[in-house]
Amino acid sequence: MYDFSKMTGAIHDWLSSIMPDLGVIITEWVIIGLIFLAFFALLGLVLVYAERRIAGFFQFRLGPNRVGPFGMFQTVADTVKLLLKELVGTDRADKFLYNLAPFFLIIAALMAMAAIPYGLGLTAYNVNIGLFFMMAISSIGVIGILLAGWASNNKYSMIGALRSGAVIISYELSLGLSSVLAMILLAGTLNMNEIVMSQQAGWWLFRGHIPAIIAFIVFIITGTAETNRVPFDLTEAESELGAGFHAEYSGIKFAFFFLAEFVNMFIISAIAVTVFLGGWLPIHIPYWEGFNNIMDYIPGPIWFMIKTSGVIFLLMWFRWTFPRLRIDQILTLEWKYLLPISLINLILMAFIVMMGWVF
Amino acid sequence: MTNSELQVLVSSWMDDLEFIDEGVQYLTVTVPKENLRDLMFKLRDDSEAAFDYMFSLTAVDWGKNRGMVYHLESTKYRHIIVVHVNTEDETLDTISDIYPTAILNEREAYDLMGIKFTGHPDLRRLFLQDDWVGHPLRKDYVDEANMIVK
Amino acid sequence: MTTTEIDNKTGLVTQEYKINMGPQHPAAHGVLRLVLTLDGEIIEKVDPDLGYIHRGIEKMTERDTYKQIVHLTDRLDYLSSHINNEAVCLAVENALEIEVPDRVKVIRTIIAELTRLASHQLWWGVMGMDIGALTTFMYAFRDRELINDIMEETCGTRLTMNYNKPGGLMFDIHPNFQKRVKEFIKHFKVSLPEYNTLLSGNVIFKKRLQGIGYMSKEDAIAYGVSGPSARGSNISCDVRKIHPYSAYDRVDFNEILMEGGDSYDRYMVRMKEMEESMKIIEQLVDNIPEGDFETKTAAVLKLPKGEYYQKVESARGEFGVFIVSDGKKSPYRMKFRSPGFANLSILDKISRGHKIADLVAIMSSLDFVIPDIDR
Repeated sequence: MYDFSKMTGAIHDWLSSIMPDLGVIITEWVIIGLIFLAFFALLGLVLVYAERRIAGFFQFRLGPNRVGPFGMFQTVADTVKLLLKELVGTDRADKFLYNLAPFFLIIAALMAMAAIPYGLGLTAYNVNIGLFFMMAISSIGVIGILLAGWASNNKYSMIGALRSGAVIISYELSLGLSSVLAMILLAGTLNMNEIVMSQQAGWWLFRGHIPAIIAFIVFIITGTAETNRVPFDLTEAESELGAGFHAEYSGIKFAFFFLAEFVNMFIISAIAVTVFLGGWLPIHIPYWEGFNNIMDYIPGPIWFMIKTSGVIFLLMWFRWTFPRLRIDQILTLEWKYLLPISLINLILMAFIVMMGWVF
Repeated sequence: MTNSELQVLVSSWMDDLEFIDEGVQYLTVTVPKENLRDLMFKLRDDSEAAFDYMFSLTAVDWGKNRGMVYHLESTKYRHIIVVHVNTEDETLDTISDIYPTAILNEREAYDLMGIKFTGHPDLRRLFLQDDWVGHPLRKDYVDEANMIVK
Repeated sequence: MTTTEIDNKTGLVTQEYKINMGPQHPAAHGVLRLVLTLDGEIIEKVDPDLGYIHRGIEKMTERDTYKQIVHLTDRLDYLSSHINNEAVCLAVENALEIEVPDRVKVIRTIIAELTRLASHQLWWGVMGMDIGALTTFMYAFRDRELINDIMEETCGTRLTMNYNKPGGLMFDIHPNFQKRVKEFIKHFKVSLPEYNTLLSGNVIFKKRLQGIGYMSKEDAIAYGVSGPSARGSNISCDVRKIHPYSAYDRVDFNEILMEGGDSYDRYMVRMKEMEESMKIIEQLVDNIPEGDFETKTAAVLKLPKGEYYQKVESARGEFGVFIVSDGKKSPYRMKFRSPGFANLSILDKISRGHKIADLVAIMSSLDFVIPDIDR
């Protein structure tokens, strides 16, 4: 496996040789920032395109197929359109909060992306509380949604935002407490890279017995709810609230919300991959040495992307299959079923770890 | 119940009913507007009549006066009766408490024909704007801008 | 109407608020405007405000001849346009005592049932979308397209068919008609179970509909609810059975009745009705009698003085035509009894106490078509 820290280390050494320490830090910040912004935009384009093609696949239609080969530039064209659009807003909106809200979402999503391990040595912010950091940062996004709903001066937006607040605060519990905490017990660390490295003998999803599988299922359900996607998309609830909290946003401000939704989906999938599915580690099948050796040649970031795409496909599959739940049903599901299940699961997991029954 | 049996039954309730024989499909009765509510209560509650389903309410401008035509059916016996009621002064008693389907239908009749239903819980215009002048379904309604008259 | 509550301890003021659902709203299926009085998310009152696409068709009929009026009725409930045409034609034929050939009766019935299938398919797709399952819409349109193709071939138009005229049909069926109808039935027998696997059995879908918008039998009759919505409350009200017209007296089909009276039962009634419609078509499509496709009538029809009423079963319920004639070439007064209007009147009663999301489900389960309500 190629260690990307050698490459980043070399860049760092070269920069140190030509400028003072402060300059090196600032230059590196700028480079990393630019790389992440580019990645962020690219991710948005690709995921929106993928979503539309997959939707077409599920619905007996083609999806975008006119702009560029296989319609791949459709989302680029859409982005240009959104950038050029006039920004229309409500008359008596709270202008400051109204304009601030999209940035909460987009910045929260961008910050959370910093702690994801894309490959060995490829983490922008390798911190010992990585997972905790991601959970904390991704919860900030809900403030943006609440602000958007409140500041828009629209009752539909307000209803959507309040629903979102209720759902995210509830589901944060199961997401953080149960599923992730259970896996932390197993891995023994919060650092994202160390969690990946601890799975060299096998994915935690399989090594953690039944509690790990339960934790994974709970994680996928709550993760869908956290990203406000079908069947938990009652924040937008097109057929009930029009567009929910972002009904009054247009042009690029709307694009920010739209982008943040897709990037959040990527982040949730990335966490699932890191914690349950071995992150950027290649797939190894026991006793198949030849196969394993070939797999080792495929670089880590590609493995990471393949696995993440798999989870994202699962989330998109949900979206194009399930009907939407009602607000009280969503809260019932969390407080009466998911939370007790995940708490018991946590105890089970603690027991397993204590007895050392891990493979 | 056949039409003739029904006619005997209905005419036994009150005196001043007129039955129309010509050019009608169902048993048709004209009732003075004072007795409208009495007749409707009887039609609904009488165990042999049992007209529980009012499927149509039509406001008609007869020229000299205006009136309502009620079509009733019994879901039990499947016989149909048509009740005519006319008014000279554009007011009628509401039957929306007897047949709730009339709540919206009477609003429509008020909106388009201008019949005022006394006792209706919420008599407002339904289709047209609140400040609309006139009632379009009346025969003497004129709107030179929007109506094409042949 | 607004009630205000002040919490004594905190001094916080809570009050009901109103929102406009429509006239432009994804769940309005057109331009229905509902003024909702809400307590949080709970509905206290639903006040329909109509007229956004009111065209005054009843007034227009008073200047048109009967043959012209047939074409106006397409624009009432555009999803059962053939059935509306049929109602006017039957009313006129009965008034003039015109006997139409057997062939016309059978063809009218087949096309009416195809129309009903197309309408129910569209309803099913939109119902899924309203509940949040977006894929149903495309499934429904895939199959509805086949019916529209048959209509296009035989009637010339896909949606507003104008295939009827008093005395018969505009022209004879296309030579391919029987073949293509049979092909469609064969195809739809496979895809209807797909509908059920995709949506009917889904746990979320069931939870969203069961127990929502309960309509008791007595209420439904009193409010004049008809069609599949009423049959979900166990009311036998199928005009095709009770007052048979066209060829319905010679076919064997069941009237679907459900006991529950909630949205899910109304949903299931329509799903099963599609099977019955296929049954009717199958019985008739091979037995179209030979003969003329019309009875010659005068160019301008004049109905004798009197009152005429004709009821038919449209896809949404009982559609009625009431004609008051004074012997001239245009009716003196013509009233269309639209099923949607009566079904709308019960919406306020059955949706009180439910949430906004439920209102959308209830509206879907009642299957409104707004031009039918507004006329």
